[in-house]
Amino acid sequence: MTEQKQGPAPAAGAARPPEPRIAPAAAQAPEDTDWHLEIEGVTKAFGALQVLAGIDLTVLRAGTTAIVGPSGSGKTTLLRLIAGFEAPDAGRILLDGREVAGGTWVPAHRRNVGYVAQDGALFPHLSVGQNVAFGLDGARYRGRRAVAARVEELLHMVALDGSYVRRRPHELSGGQQQRIALARAMAREPEIMLLDEPFSALDAGLRVATRRAIGRVLAHAGVTTVLVTHDQAEALSFADQVAVMRGGRLVQIGNPFVVYTRPADRATAEFLGDAVILDAWLEGSLAMCSLGAIPVRRPTVQGRVQLMLRPEQIRIASDSPIHGTVLDWDYFGPESSVRIKLPERPADPRIPGGGEVITIRHWNAAMARAGMDLALKVIGEGVAFPVV
Amino acid sequence: MDPAPAPAPAASRPGGGLAAPRAARGTRSRPPLGLIAAACLVAAASLVPLGFVVAMTVATGWETAFALILRPRTGELLGNTLALMALTVPLCVLLGVGGAWLVERTALRGHRLWAVVLAAPLAIPAFVNSYAWVSAVPSLEGVLSGTLIATLSYYPLVYIPAAATLARLDPAIEQSGASLGLGPWAVFLRVVLPQLRIAISGGALLVALHLLAEYGAFAMIRFDTFTTAIMEQYRSTFNGAAANMLASVLVAACLALLLVEARVRGSARYARLGSGAQAVPTRLALGTWQAPAQAALGVVAALAVGVPLGIVGRWAAAGGPGVWQTAELGRALGSSLGLGLLGALAATAVAFPIAFLAVRYAGRLSHGLELANYVTSALPGIVVALALVTVSLRSVPGAYQTTGLLVAAYVLLFLPRALVNLRAGLSQAPKELEEAAQALGTPPLLAFTRVTLRLSAPAAAGGAALVFLAVVNELTATLLLSPIGTKTLATEFWSLSSEIDYRGAAPYAILMIALSAPMTYLLFQQSKKAAGQ
Repeated sequence: MTEQKQGPAPAAGAARPPEPRIAPAAAQAPEDTDWHLEIEGVTKAFGALQVLAGIDLTVLRAGTTAIVGPSGSGKTTLLRLIAGFEAPDAGRILLDGREVAGGTWVPAHRRNVGYVAQDGALFPHLSVGQNVAFGLDGARYRGRRAVAARVEELLHMVALDGSYVRRRPHELSGGQQQRIALARAMAREPEIMLLDEPFSALDAGLRVATRRAIGRVLAHAGVTTVLVTHDQAEALSFADQVAVMRGGRLVQIGNPFVVYTRPADRATAEFLGDAVILDAWLEGSLAMCSLGAIPVRRPTVQGRVQLMLRPEQIRIASDSPIHGTVLDWDYFGPESSVRIKLPERPADPRIPGGGEVITIRHWNAAMARAGMDLALKVIGEGVAFPVV
Repeated sequence: MDPAPAPAPAASRPGGGLAAPRAARGTRSRPPLGLIAAACLVAAASLVPLGFVVAMTVATGWETAFALILRPRTGELLGNTLALMALTVPLCVLLGVGGAWLVERTALRGHRLWAVVLAAPLAIPAFVNSYAWVSAVPSLEGVLSGTLIATLSYYPLVYIPAAATLARLDPAIEQSGASLGLGPWAVFLRVVLPQLRIAISGGALLVALHLLAEYGAFAMIRFDTFTTAIMEQYRSTFNGAAANMLASVLVAACLALLLVEARVRGSARYARLGSGAQAVPTRLALGTWQAPAQAALGVVAALAVGVPLGIVGRWAAAGGPGVWQTAELGRALGSSLGLGLLGALAATAVAFPIAFLAVRYAGRLSHGLELANYVTSALPGIVVALALVTVSLRSVPGAYQTTGLLVAAYVLLFLPRALVNLRAGLSQAPKELEEAAQALGTPPLLAFTRVTLRLSAPAAAGGAALVFLAVVNELTATLLLSPIGTKTLATEFWSLSSEIDYRGAAPYAILMIALSAPMTYLLFQQSKKAAGQ
C-alpha cells in the first residue's frame, strides 16, 4: 500500500508537502546500494536509426521505476533489452550484479524476468488456467492438483476467483486480461517485473483501477518493477523513481515530486504536465517577472531566464498587487481552466515580459467571467531555465 | 529462432537489416540467416520454369526460334486462343457479376441457396465438364463450344470474389449515391461497379490464365490452343524445339496478362473509410423481375451444374455396378489421395519460410520472394512440367518420373494457395506471444512450436486443403510427370474418356467431384472472410 498515491499527480502537486518525497529504500541507501538492475552505457540502433544513445540507469531492489517519454523515444526498446528479446549494440546490463548482456549473453528464458506486454499477450489458444500455468516450474508443481491450486492462488493474487480458470482470453475485459497476464508472469516468482504500457489500451476509469491493483500486487510481493509509459500522470503516480526519456537518452532521473516540480529542462517540464513559462530576470534566488518576485531554488543561471511555474501554483487571491484580465475559460466540472492576460507594462530590462497570456486552473467556475479582473498570487518556488 | 542462444559478444551483433530498413516498433533487426536461405532456395526453385523458357529460347538460336514462332500454325493457335479469351472472359464477368449482384443485393428468393449453387461449378473439373457435354453432344467442337464449356466452368472465379466484395460493401456509399439523385441503375453503374474493379480484374485474370493453361477440356472437343498444341508436339517429338518455342509464346502471353491486370488494378484501394460498425446492406426489391431473375439463374445452374452431374450420373447408371468394381478405381483413388496429401504437406512446408518472412520481416526481400512464387504459379502446368522434365533429364536423370518431381511440380503450381492462408494464420500469432512464452522460461525453439506453430495450424490446414483440391483435379502436369504405373483419378479418367469409354470414366468423375465439393465449400466460405482485408 505504500506505493499507492492518490489521483493524477499534476493537479495535486502543489497541495503536497513541499519536502521532496523519497522512497523508504532510497532514503536509507548507503554507498554500496543494493542495486537490482544496472544498465551501463547501453546503445541500440536499427539500421541507420539510433534508438538508444547511451543509457545509464540503476534500479533498487523492490523499487518501482517508471520510464516515461513520448512515443518513439526508445523506452520500449530499452525494456526489451532488459527482458532479453534484443541484444544491445554496446554497454552492459546487470541483473543482481550478474551480467546478462554485454560480455556474456543470457537469453530471455533464463533471466527470470517477468514481462507484461501492452495488450497482455495472452495465448488465444489456451484457457485462462492454461495461460497462467504456462510458465509454472514443472518440477515444483507436480500433478494436476498442485498446478490447479497454484493457478487459483495466482488468480486470487490479482483479485479474480477460480471460476475464470476455464474461460478463454477473448471472453474477458481488457482489465481482466491485464490482470491475468500479470498472474501468468508472477507464476515463476520473478524478482523483477517489466511492464510495457500495460494500461494504455484500457479506458480511463479501468486504467486507474487496474494500475492500482497491479501496483498493490507487486508491492506486496516485493518485486522490483520497471514500467514503461508515455502517460506522465501514470508514471508519476505509479513509481518511486521516474526516468524521463527523450530521443534515446534519459534526460532526468529522480523521484516523482522532484522531476515534476524541478524538471531538468523546458521540454521535460512541458512533457510532464502543463507549464506556465514567463520571461524573467534572475538575481540571486529571486526572479522578477510579470507575476512579481518568485523564489527559485538553487538556480544555475543568472540574469535573463525563462521561469517555469505549474498552473496550480498560480492562485486567485482576494488581495494581491498582481492583476490579470480573464480572456475565456473552459469548464471541466471539478475545475475550470482559465486564460488570463497579464497587464502590459513599459519595457524594463530588470522586469522583462508583460502582456503574457497564461492558463491557470481554478475550482470555482463562478470566479471566471470574460473581462473580469482578478488578483493573482504565486505559491511556492519557480524553476529557471536558460534562455535558448 | 533466437539470434544467439549461446553466449556471444553483443558487439558482434550489429543492428540493421536487409529486410527491415525501417525497424518498426518491436521488429527484430534481422531475420535468421537460415530462414532467408530457405526462402531464397524456394524462390530460386520457383524461377526454374521461367529460366527454362528463356534458356531454351536462347539455345534454339534466334533464327530458328523466329522461324518456329512465326509459323502460320502459331498464328492459328494465337487466333484460336485470343478468340476464346475475347468471348469467354466477358461472358464470365457478366455471369459472375450479375449472379453476385442478384444474390447479394436483391431480394432474390432463396438467395442463400443460390449463393452456394452459383459457386458449385468450381467443384467440377473443366475436363469433366467437357466430357459430359461432348459425350452428350458428340458434334461439339470449335471456338464456340470451347467458349460454352469454359464459361460454365470458370465463371465462379469472377462470381466468388465479386459476391464477397458486394457482401462487404458499405451500403452507406450507395445511399450517398441515391441521395445525390441517382436511380438504382445509375447507382449500380456509377457507385457499385467501380468498387468491384479489384474483384473483376482479379477474377478475369484467373479466367484468362485458366484458358491459357487448360488442356483436357479443349483436347476433348478437339479445339486447338497453345497448351493442346504443346502437348501434341511433346507426344510426337518428346523434347522438340517446336514445343519449347510454343511454350515461350505461352509464357509471354501469361506474363502479358499479369502486367495488364496489374495496370487495370492500379494502386486502387476501396477500403471503407471511417470507423464504427457497418450497416447491413439493403436489398433491392425485384418486383416483377423476380421470375425472370429466378429463370436466368436456373438456366445457368442447369447448364453449369445440372448438365455435367446429370450426364455423369447417366453414364454411371448405364455402366451399372460393374464399373465401380475395378481394381484400377481403388488404386487411382489411393494414388490421388496420396499425391494430394504429399503435395499439400510439401506446399505448406515450403510456404512456411516465405510466409514467416513476409509477416515478421516485411520488406523488399520478402516482397520479391512472394512475387517470384506468384509469377510461377501463373504459368500453365504444361510449361512447369516441360521445364521439370528437361531440367531433371539434363541434371538429375534419376529424378525423372519420380513421385518427388511430380510433387515438386504441384508445389510450384499451387504454392500461393498455401501461402495466402499461412500468411493470414501467422499474422494471428504475433511475435509478442512468442516473447511472452520466452519470458515465462520457455526456450526459443519450444516457444516457437508451442505458440506460433500451434496458432497458425488451422490456417495452414485450410491452405493445405486447397492445395489438396488442386492436386486431385490436376491433369496436365500429372500426365507428363507421373511415375510409370502411377495412375490418378484424373489421368485414369482421361485415358478412359479418350478411348470413348464414357461408362468406365463416370466413376472417376464422380469421385473427383465428391472429393472437390467440400473443399469448394471451404473456399467459398473463406472468400467471405477474406474480402475487404
